[in-house]
Amino acid sequence: MIYNKKVLEHFTNPRNAGELKDPDAIGKVGNIVCGDVLWIYIKVKKDKDGKEIIDDIKFKTFGCVAAIATSSITTELVKGKPVEEALKITEKDIVKALGGLPKAKVHCSLLAVRALREAIYQYLKKSGREIPEWLEKEHERIEKQTDAVEKRLC
Amino acid sequence: MKRVYLDNAATTPLDEAVLEAMLPFFREKYGNASSIHEMGREAREAIEKTREIIAKRLNAEPNEIVFTSGGTEANNLAIKGIALANKDKGKHIITQVTEHACVLNACRWLEKLGYEVTYLPVDKYGVVKIEELEKAIRKDTILVSIMHANNEIGTIQPIQEIAKICKENGIYFHTDACQSFCKEPLDMKKMEIDLITINAHKLHGPKGVGALVIKEGTKITPLLHGGGHEFGLRSGTENVPGIVGFGKAVEIMNSQVVEKIRKLRDRLTDRILKEIENVRLNGHPEKRLCSIANFSFLGIEGESLVLRLDSKGIYCSTASACSSKKLEPSHVLKALNLKPEEIQGAVRFSFGKQNSVEEIDYAVDVLKEEVANLRKISPYQP
Repeated sequence: MIYNKKVLEHFTNPRNAGELKDPDAIGKVGNIVCGDVLWIYIKVKKDKDGKEIIDDIKFKTFGCVAAIATSSITTELVKGKPVEEALKITEKDIVKALGGLPKAKVHCSLLAVRALREAIYQYLKKSGREIPEWLEKEHERIEKQTDAVEKRLC
Repeated sequence: MKRVYLDNAATTPLDEAVLEAMLPFFREKYGNASSIHEMGREAREAIEKTREIIAKRLNAEPNEIVFTSGGTEANNLAIKGIALANKDKGKHIITQVTEHACVLNACRWLEKLGYEVTYLPVDKYGVVKIEELEKAIRKDTILVSIMHANNEIGTIQPIQEIAKICKENGIYFHTDACQSFCKEPLDMKKMEIDLITINAHKLHGPKGVGALVIKEGTKITPLLHGGGHEFGLRSGTENVPGIVGFGKAVEIMNSQVVEKIRKLRDRLTDRILKEIENVRLNGHPEKRLCSIANFSFLGIEGESLVLRLDSKGIYCSTASACSSKKLEPSHVLKALNLKPEEIQGAVRFSFGKQNSVEEIDYAVDVLKEEVANLRKISPYQP
């Protein structure tokens, strides 16, 4: 498994790694196939136009090099961005931003995207907002997998 | 940056004396050992000298040593060669689940040809279950292949006992001794082993050379046909510099070297178990090879730890889930019945004679830091 320099750089010096104090929401996902677990913490605030932006973001990852590097770049890509835009990020964007991932590791990028979406889902839910149908469905899928992984670890 | 190589089960650095011994056979003594002139005879003599060195080390006869391109070829020759030559007697082979891929895949290939293979289970330390072996033996069993020491966890198998059972049942016994050769006692005659696989690059010799030691009178078919080199069992012009290097490497491996390596392994093991929490030593606590130590660091992934150490100039290995191309967890650790997260967090350190106590201490110091760093960013706290 050979990683490119950018992936290794993000893995060795991950951005936004660790816990966020008093987060507005946490997105927790697990991958039952490889056993990786990823948590994304977000803090949301309104900018001067009243638009909600991701003010702060952090992650915790139990996983391989690709899982940590994709966590790092995902948080970097959305920090300071409007929530609406963050929801549009796809695994393709993540892989592209890292300059590519080994074929067998591309699925790791999905984990980071899902954790981000799950965090946003939790935020929207907590603040009593309308949740798009696709996000609701994604949340259900995530919940099932994550439960299985967490049960195994705890 | 300081570089500490702790991946000696993958390959070892070439010993300077081995290189010196090999060089003339690249430069002025480049003859083909099959040529009848002086330069051919010179090459032939050098090959025969290595044959004697290896024969002596294994208590075998020189004409029982068949040089190959390495361990993979020797294992293929042993398994396919015995299977094809003895199919009139039977088509059943016994091996175990924690063998090297070249043994397992040679067996799987034979299964496609209509052979039957029993893959014996191992206990939690990776030791093959003797009673399972006895149960698996059938009238049509022609070969038992059980490795001497495992390449991932270092567990040593009771091959003498296995050889005895095979002898009593008139079955050929083959052992892959690539990791253990010159490190653990191995006696072809006393232990009554029929076939032994060895290679050079795990003991500070060159890559690309190994041997299958075949007891005289063993019925075996060659895989490579050609000019009839190596007693007709392995055609192809001999790798003279490689074979010379193999001989030199064996010659200079002695009990002091083994003891030195064992001490390094023990120092690393003791410090890790004492100074890092939630670590598990994999493999057998005592019956294990001097050069390998495999640990599971809970709460982190082996691949991540290996590449964090890599970034600090420490080179070791993982066989866990995410290191293989197929994302398949290590078949060896899986066979030990470890929990998924123990398999995920596994890292192998392996030692060679070039390593020093200072290197080991540096490696452990960095390891402690990196384990802590990765645990800090892991949501899974063991």
